Amino acid sequence: MATLNGLVLVCIAYVVVLFSVAFLAERAALRGRAGWLRSPLVYTLSLSIYCTAWTFYGAVGSAARSGLEYLTIYLGPSLVMIGWWFALRKLVRIGRTQRITSIADLISSRFGKSNLLAVFVTVIAVVGTTPYIALQLQSVTLSFASFAAHDPSAPPFSDSNATAFWVAIGLTFFTILFGTRNLDVNNRHHGVVMAIAVESVVKLCALLAIGVFVVWGIGGGVSETLARIDASDIGQWQMNGGRWAGLIFLSGAAFLTLPRMFQVLVVENEDETHLRIASWAFPAYLMAMSLFVVPIAAIGLERMPTGANPDLFVLTLPLSEGQEGLAMLAFLGGFSSATSMVIVAAIALSTMVSNHVVVPIWLKMSGQGAMMSGDLRRVVLMSRRLSIAGVLALGLLYYRYSGGGVALASIGLISFAGVAQCLPALMGGILWRGATRSGALAGLAVGFVIWAYCLLLPGFGSVLSPDTLAHGPWGIGWLRPQALFGIGGLDPLIHAVMWSMLLNTGAFVVTSLMTFPQPVERLQGAQFVNVFQYSGNPQGWSGGVAQTEDLMVMAQRILGAAEAQRLFQSEATRQGLAGYLPEPNAEFLQRLERELSGSVGAATAHAMVSQIMGRATVSVEDLLAVADETAQMMEYSSQLEAKSAELTRTARQLRAVNEKLTQLSVQKDAFLSQISHELRTPMTSIRSFSEILRDADGLGPEQQEKYAGIIHGEAIRLTRLLDDLLDLSVLENGQVSLNLREGKLSDVIDHAVAAAGGDDAGLRIRRQHMAELVGLRSDMDRLAQVFINLIANARKYCDAPRPELTISVVKRDGQLVVDFTDNGSGIPREAQSMIFEKFARVSDRQAGGAGLGLAICREIMARLGGAIIYLPGQGGASFRVSLPLKPAETAN
Amino acid sequence: MGKRVLVIEDEPNIIEAISFLLSREGWHVDTHSNGHDAADVVRAKAPDLLILDVMLPGRSGYDILTELREDEATANLPVLMLTARGQSKDRDLAERLGASRFMTKPFSNAEVLEAVGELVP
Repeated sequence: MATLNGLVLVCIAYVVVLFSVAFLAERAALRGRAGWLRSPLVYTLSLSIYCTAWTFYGAVGSAARSGLEYLTIYLGPSLVMIGWWFALRKLVRIGRTQRITSIADLISSRFGKSNLLAVFVTVIAVVGTTPYIALQLQSVTLSFASFAAHDPSAPPFSDSNATAFWVAIGLTFFTILFGTRNLDVNNRHHGVVMAIAVESVVKLCALLAIGVFVVWGIGGGVSETLARIDASDIGQWQMNGGRWAGLIFLSGAAFLTLPRMFQVLVVENEDETHLRIASWAFPAYLMAMSLFVVPIAAIGLERMPTGANPDLFVLTLPLSEGQEGLAMLAFLGGFSSATSMVIVAAIALSTMVSNHVVVPIWLKMSGQGAMMSGDLRRVVLMSRRLSIAGVLALGLLYYRYSGGGVALASIGLISFAGVAQCLPALMGGILWRGATRSGALAGLAVGFVIWAYCLLLPGFGSVLSPDTLAHGPWGIGWLRPQALFGIGGLDPLIHAVMWSMLLNTGAFVVTSLMTFPQPVERLQGAQFVNVFQYSGNPQGWSGGVAQTEDLMVMAQRILGAAEAQRLFQSEATRQGLAGYLPEPNAEFLQRLERELSGSVGAATAHAMVSQIMGRATVSVEDLLAVADETAQMMEYSSQLEAKSAELTRTARQLRAVNEKLTQLSVQKDAFLSQISHELRTPMTSIRSFSEILRDADGLGPEQQEKYAGIIHGEAIRLTRLLDDLLDLSVLENGQVSLNLREGKLSDVIDHAVAAAGGDDAGLRIRRQHMAELVGLRSDMDRLAQVFINLIANARKYCDAPRPELTISVVKRDGQLVVDFTDNGSGIPREAQSMIFEKFARVSDRQAGGAGLGLAICREIMARLGGAIIYLPGQGGASFRVSLPLKPAETAN
Repeated sequence: MGKRVLVIEDEPNIIEAISFLLSREGWHVDTHSNGHDAADVVRAKAPDLLILDVMLPGRSGYDILTELREDEATANLPVLMLTARGQSKDRDLAERLGASRFMTKPFSNAEVLEAVGELVP
């Protein structure tokens, strides 16, 4: 009667069968014969991983302790399956169209692909699931121990840690083998699903077999058993309405949010229509599971010795009755429940941990971005395998250090309450377009903190002191973990669930209303909430108007309102729909994509349009490309900005230079035109008279002499003009060499007066001889040239009856100032500003000059370090020549 | 009564040369040397031929020509324009404004005589 050895053998045989089933299913799927693998039946059975060892053994225990309350755990999911069918279908559709890999992925995807959210949900899932895995390990070791206790031949079973360890190793091996065959989560885990379907059949059969044995084998038939139930304590338990409602809600919420349930319900779902069958088949399965719970509990309480653990009645009852085969079946049922839960939970958690924690960190650390696509696959697979091992190791550690025992029994509901914190974000995300990332974060954070404070931490005796539990932290009464805001007297679980869910939902809604969604969130929100509209017709473009509106909203955000409206209007006109929104046909979409890609880059534009049109989902590669592109664009745009500033600067300089050149060109043209005129005029006379002299015979000697004189005069005029031009050119180019020497001003003026025709009746010259006796150092010839010019001008232009020129000399501020003022009518105001320009002649009168004199004077004075200006309002024309007294000191 | 020419030109030597040439050909030569009142002088003298310089003190030869062409009395008066600015755009402008002939300084006497002969046969 080597029961323990037999048990080990059976266990191993069972595991071999499971491996074979999984292997065969994988192979069949690989050969494309997966049809029968993916029936609604298999889907429904896979959902039964909801029933873990905790429900397999614990339901009886719970019934023995609390009566019918265990039913709530089954009622919640049943109500969800039947009543919330539409929400489930929506989840499944979103999961498929968005290639969702986990609940963390779904929530993060919905709220603008926020990795922060994904990490947060992953943490909640890990924290909530680890104790649960520990619970499964415990149930396996406990059931082993029960068998050992009944086997006198076996050595005293003491090393429960070793059992847990080997179970964990085996599960890790199995999960890695069948859970990480493919990288793409959409290549679903056929082997695993098939194996857990088989396991769920085993656990149902086991429980039903024990139930039948208990009712008919021990109880003596249905009526007899009912009578026994009535007699037992179970019939007398009072039902607590509040707790029931709370537990039904909690189990329903957990059904949707538990990572392993999300995995089988959404990720592993092959066909939406399977849900229709599962919606009644799964509640039926749960009913079958719960059918014999009360009888087993009642008979167990009656037959088993006082103090026996009611959680193990399923196992110990047949053992005590000597039904070892049945007991072995019960053990296999419990073993199945535990292993299937752990396997799926490990797959789900490892996907989250790997996708949202390990891979992002690896990408950041390696700094290679998405370039290394070949390597990335290996990295993801490896990180997923490590994550599976890590999740199981965590469960094992938790099992060891929590000390097992009763503490674990209540952990199931605590886990439920933890993962249920994802419910508002999940449901809000798929039902409410206004939900925002900030709202989801706020809700999750608030819910998680309250859950940890009110439910998780009080479970560990050492974390919160009894003092804190009784009086609140720092004696603040309304912060007591189990009586928040002074509302005590509630069941601690219900208290925690109520507050955490209320405040979670409140924070979620209020923050969502107060914050504005990012563009990606808005897009994703529309796609999640309206998933049926978008994904209903993946080939064509249905519901044109709604989509065009979304396109319009997006285009406005990216292109700006005016530009987007112009684009849409022109497209509508082109389609013959002027005044309406255009049809989103392929041509228009391409055009829109092109326009958008100008602003946000091609990859982003494509992803955005695709999202709205529901044509394709955004893959990880797409997103990495977007991120890459954005970074490049940022860099590029900053470069462009720098370039643009540089160009602006250059353009400004070019414009200035161009203006100067244009001005110079105009001046040059005018100058050449002037020179041409000044040269041609005397040459006309010369040519004409020389021809006359040559051709005409009858010219008297007088005429001959006169005309020769004209020719001579004009030739001199030409020569002077050329001299002036050359002089001016030399002065302007700065090529002039000054001949500086010491001298007296009076000598210079004497020389100038003499050269300009002297002091005679044509022009009287008044001088201040004493003041002129001043020494200076300058180029005396050039200075004399200026004075000659001024005196000659007075002689030419002074229109007084008795022309007079006054030359006055003053020393002022280190300057020698010499004024030349005549008694004529002066230069008209409007002409004063231009008299120093080349060829500027004021008078109509023919005076023989070329109009270069004053221009030359100005250049000379500039070279000498002085200046010449016109002094208005002096009666006649008045010029002031000033030059430094000590040019040697100031100049060089 | 012989043919009468009016020369409007501000260079005394050029006036002297043209006067000598045309007088010898039998023309009665009137002269004027500024632009201000040139048009009035033309109307007053009503010559058979006008020789008009472009760069005149007071008013440009182009302006004077424009005014003359707008006046019925002088619209068909033969006008020989002289200029010391030898650019083609000056020639174009003169022709557009209605100059009968355009001549660039310095000119040869033969040219002037030939042009005058053509304008007033």
